Amino acid sequence: MNETKYDDLIVKQFFTATVVWGVVGMLVGVILALQLAWFPANLQIPYLTFGRLRPLHTNAVIFAFGGNLIFTGIYYSMQRLLKTRMFNDGLSRFHFWGWQLIIVSAAITFPLGMTQSKEYAELIWPIDIAITVVWVVFAVNFFGTIAIRKVQHLYVAIWFYMSFVLTIAVLHIVNSLAVPATWFRSYPIYAGLVDGLVQWWYGHNAVGFFLTTPFLGLMYYFLPKAADRPIYSYRLSIVHFWALIFLYIWAGPHHLLFSALPEWAQTLGMVFSVILLAPSWGGMLNGLLTLKGAWHKLRSDPVIKFMVVAVSFYGMSTFEGPMMSIRAVNGLAHYTNWVIGHVHSGALGWNGMIGFAMLYWLLPRLWNKPIWRPGWVTSHFWLGTIGIVLYTVAMWAAGLTEGVQWRALNEVGQLKYPVFLDVVRMLRPFYWMRLVGGTMFLAGAIMMMINFFKTIGGPDSAAETASTPQAA
Amino acid sequence: MSENSFHRRFFEGKAAIFAIAMTVSVLIGGLVEILPMFTAKLGPERADWVSPYTPLEVAGRDIYIREGCYHCHSQMIRPMRAEVLRYGEWTRAAEYAYDHPFLLGSRRIGPDLQRIGGKYPDAWHYEHMRDPRSTSPGSVMPAYPWLLEWKVDAEDITKSVRALSRAGVPYSESDIAGVGASMQAQARGIVQSLAGSGINIDWDREIVALTAYLQRLGVEGRRALADRGSTP
Repeated sequence: MNETKYDDLIVKQFFTATVVWGVVGMLVGVILALQLAWFPANLQIPYLTFGRLRPLHTNAVIFAFGGNLIFTGIYYSMQRLLKTRMFNDGLSRFHFWGWQLIIVSAAITFPLGMTQSKEYAELIWPIDIAITVVWVVFAVNFFGTIAIRKVQHLYVAIWFYMSFVLTIAVLHIVNSLAVPATWFRSYPIYAGLVDGLVQWWYGHNAVGFFLTTPFLGLMYYFLPKAADRPIYSYRLSIVHFWALIFLYIWAGPHHLLFSALPEWAQTLGMVFSVILLAPSWGGMLNGLLTLKGAWHKLRSDPVIKFMVVAVSFYGMSTFEGPMMSIRAVNGLAHYTNWVIGHVHSGALGWNGMIGFAMLYWLLPRLWNKPIWRPGWVTSHFWLGTIGIVLYTVAMWAAGLTEGVQWRALNEVGQLKYPVFLDVVRMLRPFYWMRLVGGTMFLAGAIMMMINFFKTIGGPDSAAETASTPQAA
Repeated sequence: MSENSFHRRFFEGKAAIFAIAMTVSVLIGGLVEILPMFTAKLGPERADWVSPYTPLEVAGRDIYIREGCYHCHSQMIRPMRAEVLRYGEWTRAAEYAYDHPFLLGSRRIGPDLQRIGGKYPDAWHYEHMRDPRSTSPGSVMPAYPWLLEWKVDAEDITKSVRALSRAGVPYSESDIAGVGASMQAQARGIVQSLAGSGINIDWDREIVALTAYLQRLGVEGRRALADRGSTP
């Protein structure tokens, strides 16, 4: 194998950015969790209040950690799957540095209160334009590489990457259309519920095409690699791919159930969300069944441990999501911490864990060095897993408390808790429990960061390679 | 499936066709759901129950957005008994007619604010922003003392109003020219009401603009619903 023909420097760059931004984004999350449990943590400093830090957290974990992670995996796997170097190294560099610049600008503008207020699309309009430019450059490089490929057919991971590149472009541009007032402020061209529908068409599909399809692509490449088994079913991958990308886009209005959005649109959103369970579980089953005959590795290989937990959380949150989209359930869950728990079981459990698996699998291979502390990988796994469970359980409990108590009526049909703050006070223990879970997850990520820097600063593998846990 | 299946030959072998088929499948759902929103019959009600935000309210709304209030406060009352008891009439689409951007929110760490207007006196909002615990014991809301210091700028808000008019909000040229005077006139009323509660503050402080915005939320909608004799 002629490995030198691939550009692995770009993979290492995105890898490093992933590790660093991951810790930053999760740290901000832990600060937010503390602010809800203990308000003095807002410090009475305008730039550090909950309202300004929250978009920093969401954008950092989705686009900085998640984004760099996806790009790490794409640049590594697509060169190998297509047996060619990237189309243009200059475009790869532009993509990398452009993306980091966008992240830094986000980290500056959000604390300053510069925001468009649409969730996961908060960045101000000049940065939106920068995102578009960088994305187009990435897309040219991506499709250019497909055009110069040395193999005829495209492996399933590439399909998922393609849907990511194309759909995110469409979503970002349509949702960001706005009239600028100043360099830092603009107003969307849509008003009221139309703006809301466009936003949640974007927002839900940011989940669908940023946090789902590219990650499924990563699963389709790295899971068979780590397990040393072929994908369980090619036919299933075709069916669930097309079903997933077609159905996902309809589900946005489930974020606007019980609003004054026309009933037909709300119903479409609900129905398609429920149907979405099928292709989602198609992906989960294809991942888990690929491990058939490799289950013994679950005991010894931490990469497989991370992957199994990741795919299981993917299955769980794609079951929970459709349930929460059913009107009656949504009436209880909407506006509550349950939604926060749902997001995090997906983000920490699925995106985080499959991401860590990929990073630990890649680390010794990319740098050709043995992992500094193989035992820490397993410790990270347990910290992360227990952290997610604590987080999710705390948010279920908090969410159900809110959902039930907000609507609780007494015997004469009046509100049982007319004072909103009575319910706020009930949540305090759950907020602390969530903080513990989140801190554990962060601690695992910090261990990974230390392990990473120590590994790449350490000696090369020689005969030592056999002692890395990933050596298969 | 064989190495020579239709999918393999037709899609996986021809990336351009694959990409086009993929884009089409992805676009269908969005087009079906979003395009009808721009027609009168299928879209949300467009009747104008509410008037555009005044320049001072625009300034207040800009502050509301800057501070990220919508992360913890929704502006959408659902048509459910408990919600109507707690917050008042459920929200109608027409009430959002001039909301660029929409601020429905997705989380209630604090209560819904759709009909907060008129619920408390101006002084309550002043005290609540200065120290949320002083009006709401047990609140987890951060304090916003800087709103009592920082100033709104009429020139800056003129730019906001002009941009909003370009986005479709019916402000006239004279509305845009008179932003400063309009802001000052409306602010004076709030300053006077605050003075009545023993609070002395200049008209151009951000707290005044934010109070103006909060005090108008849901008021016109409630009036329009009352005029129609609507019941929850």
